[in-house]
Amino acid sequence: MKIIKLLVLVLTVSSFAIGAVPAQAARDHISIVGSSTVYPFATVVVERFGKTTSFKTPKVESTGSGGGFKLFCAGVGVGHPDITNASRRIKKSEYEKCQKNGVREIVEVKIGYDGIAIANSKKAAKFSLELRDLFLALAKNVPDPKGGEQLIENPYKTWKEVNPKLPNQKIEVLGPPPTSGTRDAFAELALEGGCKTFKWIAAMKKKDKKAYKRLCHTIREDGAYIEAGENDNLIVQKLQANSNALGVFGFSFLDQNLDKVQGSSIKGVKPRFESIADGSYPISRPLYFYVKKAHINVIPGMKEYLSEFTSEKAWGDEGYLADRGLIPMPKMERRKFLSDVKGLKALKM
Amino acid sequence: MNKQLKKRYAADLRFRIYGMSAVAMSLLFLLLLFVSIIGKGYTAFQQTALLLDVYIDSETIDPEGTRDRAVLSSADFGAVIKQAMQKIFPEVSDRRDKRALYRLVSSGAEFKLRDQVLAHPEQIGKTLPIWVPADGDVDMLMKGSIARDASETDRPLKDKQIAWIDHLISEGRLKKQWNTTFFSAGDSRDPELAGIGGALAGSLLTLFVTLLLSFPIGVAAAVYLERFAPRNRWTDLIEVNINNLAAVPSIVFGLLGLAVFINLFGLPRSAPIVGGLVLSLMTLPTIIIAGRASLKSVPPSIYEAALAIGASQMQAVMHHVLPMAMPGIMTGTIIGMARALGETAPLLMIGMVAFIVDIPGGIFDSSTVLPVQIFLWADSPERGFMERTAAAIMVLLLFLIVMNATAVILRKRFEGHR
Repeated sequence: MKIIKLLVLVLTVSSFAIGAVPAQAARDHISIVGSSTVYPFATVVVERFGKTTSFKTPKVESTGSGGGFKLFCAGVGVGHPDITNASRRIKKSEYEKCQKNGVREIVEVKIGYDGIAIANSKKAAKFSLELRDLFLALAKNVPDPKGGEQLIENPYKTWKEVNPKLPNQKIEVLGPPPTSGTRDAFAELALEGGCKTFKWIAAMKKKDKKAYKRLCHTIREDGAYIEAGENDNLIVQKLQANSNALGVFGFSFLDQNLDKVQGSSIKGVKPRFESIADGSYPISRPLYFYVKKAHINVIPGMKEYLSEFTSEKAWGDEGYLADRGLIPMPKMERRKFLSDVKGLKALKM
Repeated sequence: MNKQLKKRYAADLRFRIYGMSAVAMSLLFLLLLFVSIIGKGYTAFQQTALLLDVYIDSETIDPEGTRDRAVLSSADFGAVIKQAMQKIFPEVSDRRDKRALYRLVSSGAEFKLRDQVLAHPEQIGKTLPIWVPADGDVDMLMKGSIARDASETDRPLKDKQIAWIDHLISEGRLKKQWNTTFFSAGDSRDPELAGIGGALAGSLLTLFVTLLLSFPIGVAAAVYLERFAPRNRWTDLIEVNINNLAAVPSIVFGLLGLAVFINLFGLPRSAPIVGGLVLSLMTLPTIIIAGRASLKSVPPSIYEAALAIGASQMQAVMHHVLPMAMPGIMTGTIIGMARALGETAPLLMIGMVAFIVDIPGGIFDSSTVLPVQIFLWADSPERGFMERTAAAIMVLLLFLIVMNATAVILRKRFEGHR
């Protein structure tokens, strides 16, 4: 008998729980979605914002840049996020989708830069790479080393074969999987950068853009490039265990683990805070966030959050985001985006 | 004859050895897992704190002397903390050095001081000793995770800072204490301020919703299907579907939750209610299948005996069959709940993989859950999160052990009653 009573009680309570669904009339906190690369920076701002103002701490979801735009562009209203972070610029197709769903006015804010490091264990010799070396070592198809405009499947097994100046060591690179924004940026900046150094391939860009992109962005699949998952900490640990391997990951992870791994110089430039900031380090990309203008006076704290993020103490040269490994923009650029934010200038594409 | 017997004995012995070595292997791996997690994580239960003699200057924090809460809560307590640091090291005067010095204190220190002053405004104008959290890097140095002998450029703390730290240690101002923050605080981007309080509350709320929904519905479905439902094509179809559902990958339930609960019903994203709903969809088939199996195992003579002395069908089931099947149903529920506790994939779709600082107070607040917190910390660059990840795993394991133990005890009691 007891059990029946208990069951009935539990059932009633649970039906209450389902019945008591509040209409989502209001939301008292900002909802942020988007890139996992911007996540460590956005969360720092969010935490400060929550502690120093009377507003509730915003919620930051790590959905990836693409996933963020999908949620962001789904519509206007409290059920949809207010801000999306991105480790690349919004695509035209995404912008159009936003427009179609009634998200007409979007404010674009660039927050700074992120470098991509290519590092190996401290126990091994330091690498000094050219972009062309990276392309030849990691692309699926490469120009025939015998010369001519012929493509062959990547024949290189060791770094020395790629470039006689490099050590005689098996090519073994741990990097992010295709779902990662870091991988996209690596392919675009490093591989394409090396790819372009072949004149006839650069000429191909004008004739057949698709084939050019396929050639320059496709990474080999014969085991030389190992997809090590989205977790950059894991790559650092694997590099420590295997001193023959190189790893590809975000600069902030290199910065935090300088006692374990060393960054290779690219085109003779070391991955340093300063070299990424002044643009001399070739593999770096801008980071953004996008704001839904229609939400600004609806969700409490939006304006204050924007001014916190764009304050000098956050994104400035000595701001707390720089302490976390975000590379600040030059002063002029900061000023431009600050005025965009103040005037809530809508993005046009 | 004898020869054959020997052969059979040998085979028997070999079989036992295989079995024993299989058990030994799994125990060894379990031990390895525990050793590696506990070895990495036990340090997180201690936290380096810094003793400061803070002069709460009313000039700095409340120049007009209003003692108004709004004024006090937005006052510059950071400056007060900096003054206290400066007092210990009066010789530091260079701007860069000062910056390096202030960095030894966690950014949480000023908020701790603020909360204390807000609670006791009469302390304004006095000097009081207060333990504040030290920076995560200092904590890592104290715990030996940052090597002192590494070259200066390779470690986050510079030689000067280490000299200051040594001075603080010799004065007894820098000590490792029991880490209460780890259990009480929500998430933070500073490892020294981060805690699992929020994730723990989120997990409890989510599991509460899951249990509340899946247990009664699952048991009711099992009883109906096993005892009352007619055997026809429809019930066969339902049975096949339930068995299939138990094997569906959990991410699919997340997609369903996103489409139905969030987009259709308009429930809030990232809330334990939605998480609980999705996870109950996931655990329901497990409970129904286990429930039916254990109902089936109750001898039919008991049911028939109850009917024979005049009980109705429902009375026979509720009074006699169900109590006897309860231990088995409980086991099924526990297995389902344990799976729900460790699940992250479906929660990704409904927005529970998120940075949430405030501790959720109800099933409609934004929250995250323990396994998600572990996942997020494992992906953080700061060194201090490594040990915290392991410590959070320890808490999750403890949670599971407690749950299972409670279940075993409950089961034993039910068994005793019949």
